Amino acid sequence: MAPIARYAQGVSILRLLRRPPQDGAPAIARSGKFPVWRWVILLVAGVYFLLPLYAAIRFAGFKAFGSVFTQPGFAEALWTSIQISAMTWIITMALMLPTTIYVHLRLPRLRAVLESITILPIVIPPIVLTVGVLQVFPTQLKATMWLLGIEYVILAMPFAYRSIDAGLRSIDLKTLTEASNNLGASWPQTIWRVIMPNLGTSLLSATVLIVALCLGEFTMASLNLVTTFPVWIVEFDQLNANISTSASIFALVVTWIFLMLIVTLGSRRSRRTGAGEVTLFTVTANTKTIGES
Amino acid sequence: MANTTELVTAPGSQAGPGAGRIPRRPAKLPPPLQAAVRLLGLVPFAAYVVVGLFIPLIAVLIGAFKNPTTNAWTFSNIDTITHGAYLRGYENSLELSLIASILPGIFGLLIAYAIFTAKRGGKVLRQMVITASGVFANFGGVPLAFLFIAALASSALVTGWLNDIGVNIYAHGFSLFDLFGASVVYMYFQIPLMVLIILPALEGLRPSWREAAENLGASSWSYWRRIGGPVLLPSFVSCLMLLFGSALSAYATAEALTGGTIALVPIQIGTLLNGNVVAGQENIGKALSLGLVLIITVLMVVYVLLQRKAAKWLR
Repeated sequence: MAPIARYAQGVSILRLLRRPPQDGAPAIARSGKFPVWRWVILLVAGVYFLLPLYAAIRFAGFKAFGSVFTQPGFAEALWTSIQISAMTWIITMALMLPTTIYVHLRLPRLRAVLESITILPIVIPPIVLTVGVLQVFPTQLKATMWLLGIEYVILAMPFAYRSIDAGLRSIDLKTLTEASNNLGASWPQTIWRVIMPNLGTSLLSATVLIVALCLGEFTMASLNLVTTFPVWIVEFDQLNANISTSASIFALVVTWIFLMLIVTLGSRRSRRTGAGEVTLFTVTANTKTIGES
Repeated sequence: MANTTELVTAPGSQAGPGAGRIPRRPAKLPPPLQAAVRLLGLVPFAAYVVVGLFIPLIAVLIGAFKNPTTNAWTFSNIDTITHGAYLRGYENSLELSLIASILPGIFGLLIAYAIFTAKRGGKVLRQMVITASGVFANFGGVPLAFLFIAALASSALVTGWLNDIGVNIYAHGFSLFDLFGASVVYMYFQIPLMVLIILPALEGLRPSWREAAENLGASSWSYWRRIGGPVLLPSFVSCLMLLFGSALSAYATAEALTGGTIALVPIQIGTLLNGNVVAGQENIGKALSLGLVLIITVLMVVYVLLQRKAAKWLR
């Protein structure tokens, strides 16, 4: 639930898109043995994860699933979350895309600095950030979705930066921008028509993550008193626990299917967009590579 | 600092910088200025981060040491949070995070290893488990609490099944609403998180090491004891740091599940933010937040040090 989980989700999608898993395992497992232990572990995991789901569905009843969409407040809450997603996406892209490109071209040495700054939002507990934000932001912004849009950009930043950074490393940015500028394109044109189409995978995973973040963030939204989709689920729970649980299980399954689709379809074309290595949970040992671009 | 190029062009001169110097390329600014102009491109980003992240955090830091009514500097907030109910909140939070990071850490590693080494149908299995982990790692709050209440509350489905086969978990002291019960629930998002963050480290284990070990006659056990284990250990422990931080900052699930029956720091901060404040205690929430940030800082320092160690082998 912490931002680290959202970040980990984004990174894993990016990794799957860039380097789809191979059929057949690497030989670090001892070959020639019947792997009983593997089935035991997967069985235990399956029981632990699916049994509570089954219990909840049985408790809530299947009828509840159909009536989720007609509940009062459902459409408004979803619409609020969608608006926040759009706002967060626009600000994130308008801010991070030019900045990351600029750093790659002009200030490659500052990449390490940006990396450490953008790691902060995933390690700082959202509740702490919320305390500070509600303290310093002007009253007009409090309890509005604008405040959430502004702060979700901060929460989306760690992944957005790394995703765009990895994408830019996998293309020949310098040649592309020089060629485009020589042909008379302005910077916005170059970004829109040359760089963005080349960053397909990175931008797709950044978009997926931003939408998932905005549709799932609870702490800040609830303490800022805005009824987003996850806040609605909780508020509604006090009226009818069955329906709100069905809504969240439904959201869980839809998200999973959606991610599977993206990964399956997206990894087919990953050869084209280049396979830049994504090392996002590891601190690089040699900082010498940072100067290259 | 003396300008070295100037010393070369005018060796005998001890005049100040710029004296009698003819700029070679008059159109260009001097290097320090050039660098400054280049940094201007970062202004929008820097401004956003300062306003959206740094100023709020600094406000928390300052507020933790301020008396809310007189606005004078004080240690009384810090004094309050290190005693009584708030101290217990820290103790509970740390204990819960410890259980909810070590158990999921071990189990997550096993799952990650199981899917990583799966041979037949491995590709589909890996894709399914990784995407599902991404979804489950972000599942929490009231819906998650509901899942476990429906399954493991005192008269719920699974509890009933266990009763039927003669295992009465509630007679053995299990409760969904104490620290151990909460950590069982936390595992629901902690295990998938571990799977996601330990996989890159597993992928760094090179097949050739295993082959070499086997060719030299090593058993599976001695491979893990002497090669795989030591190489993986720093990554494993650093992932535990992330899990610990994740459990420590979990708010929605803690609130939904315990509803205040267990004192936990994030819940206490949330209660204070919701306006349930005694006069003069407005800044306790900031002091509590500062405490969380300090714990997270320690975790992250250990994380970075261990990752440096791990990076030697895994890249």
